[in-house]
Amino acid sequence: MLQKLTQWSRLKSPWILHLNTGACNACDIEVVAALTPRFDVERFGILLEGTPRHADVIICTGPATRQMKDRLIRVYEQTPDPKFVMAVGACAMSGCVYRGAYNIIGGIDQLIPVDVYVPGCPIRPDALIEGVVKLLDKIKQGAK
Amino acid sequence: MSFEIPIGPQHPALKEPIGVRVTVDGEIIRDADLHLGYNHRGVEKLAEQKNWTQNIYLMERICGICSHSHATCYVQGVEKLMEIEPPKRGLFIRILVSELERVHSHLLWLGVAGHEAGFDSFFMYVWRDREIVMDILETISGNRVHYAINTIGGVRRDLDELQAKHILDSLEVLRQRSEYYQKLGTTEPSFVARLAGVGYLSKEDAIELCAVGPTLRASGVPMDVRKDDPYAVYDEVPFEVCTADTCDVLGRTVVRIKELMQSYNIIEYLLKNLPDGPIAVRAPRRAKPNEVVSRYEAPRGENIHYIKSNGTDKPERLKVRAPTLANYAATIKMLKNGFIADVPLIFAAIDPCICCAERSVAIVEEKTQQERIVTMSSLRELNLKITNYQARKREAEWPL
Repeated sequence: MLQKLTQWSRLKSPWILHLNTGACNACDIEVVAALTPRFDVERFGILLEGTPRHADVIICTGPATRQMKDRLIRVYEQTPDPKFVMAVGACAMSGCVYRGAYNIIGGIDQLIPVDVYVPGCPIRPDALIEGVVKLLDKIKQGAK
Repeated sequence: MSFEIPIGPQHPALKEPIGVRVTVDGEIIRDADLHLGYNHRGVEKLAEQKNWTQNIYLMERICGICSHSHATCYVQGVEKLMEIEPPKRGLFIRILVSELERVHSHLLWLGVAGHEAGFDSFFMYVWRDREIVMDILETISGNRVHYAINTIGGVRRDLDELQAKHILDSLEVLRQRSEYYQKLGTTEPSFVARLAGVGYLSKEDAIELCAVGPTLRASGVPMDVRKDDPYAVYDEVPFEVCTADTCDVLGRTVVRIKELMQSYNIIEYLLKNLPDGPIAVRAPRRAKPNEVVSRYEAPRGENIHYIKSNGTDKPERLKVRAPTLANYAATIKMLKNGFIADVPLIFAAIDPCICCAERSVAIVEEKTQQERIVTMSSLRELNLKITNYQARKREAEWPL
């Protein structure tokens, strides 16, 4: 019973943390645009949180610069279980145009496990919403 | 007793990773120190490996908000190096997109300023109207953020009658909304009380610390590259340089709203006087050995690209000086003797674009304090060495 309740609440209010690990800002403004009236993801209970300790979903943008590497892992560790990670944009997936640069790890998934990939350079807010819906499906099926 | 507070790199008040270390005495900031480099990707080194055309793609990805600024600044420089002159219609469309970008960037900033001041409904309103500009940009270029409209020698997409009409219709709506924001932003008592007097930067300090863009203009210095050193077609476009003399965050808000109005006028002028003809000329693949400095008035201030060619199809050196970098020194001055609660607001007021400003290849050795420039190949080796040690954990379980 309690499990059902937590599962229900988890599905109805996935709070997100937006973490920029060296992105060019394009994905970031599109993530914020997804929160504003035109797209309005808040109607799905998605709320942008400031601290990792309140978040369920980490939305990662950017190719993971060497400087942000430790911080990314730390933020991941600070987020309480169960936690989900979305790699948003081509950079977070593979490094995009910066791939091969000396300061780039190239892809979030080399540092932390990723649940959903949202492709695009930059992503459209619609794509982000679809990504979140897919993530919710995944949680519903209990696959983690 | 003084006390140090670290803010960032990941902090709710900051949208991008940057570290600010403020020394406080009670509630008052005595000193501030910026820690940069979290967003450094090595764009300048990457640019040396790509050819002139490929670099346009890379330059757009320096920054997502002012992507057209960097691309245009770069393309202008390369056109000078290759000694080609883009056709008039191409320039008109290029400037049209850059003014639309200014509108979207200023609206974005206005919203963020509202958000930082605790006026969230303002934020939501402004961002709703910003979608109108995004729609225009999408109809012109096909993309919402990285427009990819520039090419060396002109632009890639033409504009037709229907699109021009759509833009003019949308402008009417934007104009009305902006007038409302002007009224709201400058007369709403609680909003004004929050912004007035915060982040004071006197005219002398602004000049001395080389501030640029709306930060400088809000301190009463009428400086704008579009007016002082007109590029493209700005010498024939009528517009005014907007200034304010309050020297604080309120002034910066007013300057940006006024600039919005000016941008609408420019866009209208460009659309009504759009000349006929081709939109681009063919560009050669190589550029003669030479060097050039290209200036551009980005939404945040003056953007400078220095490009050096060596006769091949790749640049030998590309240096980017983004406007945010020029504003850092002024920010520290603004933070001093302010309150801790004002840090996000002051920081937001320069419209920081951290990903723009993260450029450096020099490495300072800690022990000897000697600076050395490392070559790309050695850095690559270093990179390989480091990444080889870490097993790729794509399939594996997280070892925690």
